Amino acid sequence: MSPLELLQQVVNGVQLGVIYALVALGYTMVYGVVRLVNFAHGDVYMLGAFVGFFAATRLGLGFLPTLLVSMAACALLGVVIERLAYRPLRQAPRIAALTTAIGVSLLLQNLVRLTVGPNPRGFPELFTQRTLEFAGLRVYNISLIVLGVSLGLMLCLQYVVYRTRLGIAMRAVSLDKDAARLMGIDVDKVISVTFAIGSALAAAAGVMVALAYTRIDPFMGMLPGLKAFVAAVLGGIGNIGGAVLGGLLMGVAETMVVGMGLSTLRDAVAFAVLITVLLFKPAGLLGRAVREKV
Amino acid sequence: MNAYHVQVLTFALINVIMATSLSLINGITGQFSIGHAGFMGIGAYTAGVLTVVYKLGFWPALAAGSLAAALAGLLVGLPTLRLRGDYLAIATLGFGQIINVAIINIPITGGPRGLTGVPAHTTLPLALAGAAMTYVILHNIIHSAHGRAMLAVREDETAAEAMGVDTTRVKVTAFTIGAGLAGLAGGLFAHRLMFLHPSSFDFIKSIDFLVMVVIGGSGNLAGAAGAAVFLTVLNELLRKAVELRMLLYAGLLILTMLLRPKGLFAGGVRRGRA
Repeated sequence: MSPLELLQQVVNGVQLGVIYALVALGYTMVYGVVRLVNFAHGDVYMLGAFVGFFAATRLGLGFLPTLLVSMAACALLGVVIERLAYRPLRQAPRIAALTTAIGVSLLLQNLVRLTVGPNPRGFPELFTQRTLEFAGLRVYNISLIVLGVSLGLMLCLQYVVYRTRLGIAMRAVSLDKDAARLMGIDVDKVISVTFAIGSALAAAAGVMVALAYTRIDPFMGMLPGLKAFVAAVLGGIGNIGGAVLGGLLMGVAETMVVGMGLSTLRDAVAFAVLITVLLFKPAGLLGRAVREKV
Repeated sequence: MNAYHVQVLTFALINVIMATSLSLINGITGQFSIGHAGFMGIGAYTAGVLTVVYKLGFWPALAAGSLAAALAGLLVGLPTLRLRGDYLAIATLGFGQIINVAIINIPITGGPRGLTGVPAHTTLPLALAGAAMTYVILHNIIHSAHGRAMLAVREDETAAEAMGVDTTRVKVTAFTIGAGLAGLAGGLFAHRLMFLHPSSFDFIKSIDFLVMVVIGGSGNLAGAAGAAVFLTVLNELLRKAVELRMLLYAGLLILTMLLRPKGLFAGGVRRGRA
């Protein structure tokens, strides 16, 4: 690969990476407050794409309204899922909650499959695709939009988590649920809001993926969901900056592997990365190792 | 019974091996593995390639498949079993995916086209013998000192360690035995279906086995075996309605966990008084 091609791959990888990062943020936030791997998160991302699809085709909305409608719908969905499936199991063994999460994931996939059919749909072009050239690098205008919106959302999240009372409450719940409750924090509400925010971010990622790759189907969330989870673990689960870093690294690594002509291996990359990270740095790149208390 | 019934029953018995061996890892030792189909795939492909390509006899091939899966279980288990709960789940899931990618990419397995021409050796009595043997082995393990150690790890890893149980060793042992038995099931499966395809051992398949264990009840071997037979037959009845089947599975998983978090028929092994 020439240096220019390499750079081109990095650019393509970053586009994929910000999508992983957005989904990874949801995993990491939910894990932070309830210590649950929300297996259904990838399917919320898929539903985000489908809500966007119907908003754009049936209602004829433009890009921003589509994005907002989808984010709002999925935020609501996230809250409902938490309320019905996860909250009753908060005191149960973690395996029970994890099994339920897998159940919710299967449920969402197959409900969508039953209602819209198993065949992939073409997502409408909300922008005319154009190619921009910077010093020999080719970038689609859609990539720039994906990048811009993602960065905007991440900055918003950063603001919410570190600069608002809600953010303080979220971090307090993540640190110690009981102590937070004693300090007068409505833990259930904070958890609901966390699910809402995480799901809205996943929905945004879903709409943008649909926009960039124009194909959506009921099972599109499975692999990206898992990869985004790997990204969150890679960065250090529970760590917001780590999720972004992990997502970007995953996106670039995967694009590189495909760029080297090993596209059949692309889905194995994520899991090879995961197992390596867990072996050598179980807390992730930015995570702090926590000793288990007895 | 016509040939179709025999076929379904044979698969049901192979699934009994899968469900009970997963129960050892998942229900008895409390290690959440969702890549069990990967071990079945290793056993199936090892045995299949040995009989098809290397013209090896059925019995040695079956044994080799089981050993290969056990070895894979050991290799995967050693590093990953240091992880807890959800990390282990994701790692085993990742392992399942890697196995799938590996099968597709290794030329000798027939890749994405599948492996054809596997001779038919697995009969109903053989599957029955395999399931019975598995059941007896697992039953004996559970009721031995090893089994007590596994239960202790499930109930409280820290306490078990404090009592002198080598928790890593116990977990790896359970994982290796479970994987080896899954490999045996894979070998039997290969020589019944006579055709192997990577999709027979994917994530969805692992979920099938998980559902069997969950329905059967955490740590209940007979429950897992019963659930395996019941779900295999149910699958056949719902063959025309795949979406319905998956919806049903999803509903079963969620409702069982919400209403009976330890599984429908939990508690096959009696616990001592606290």
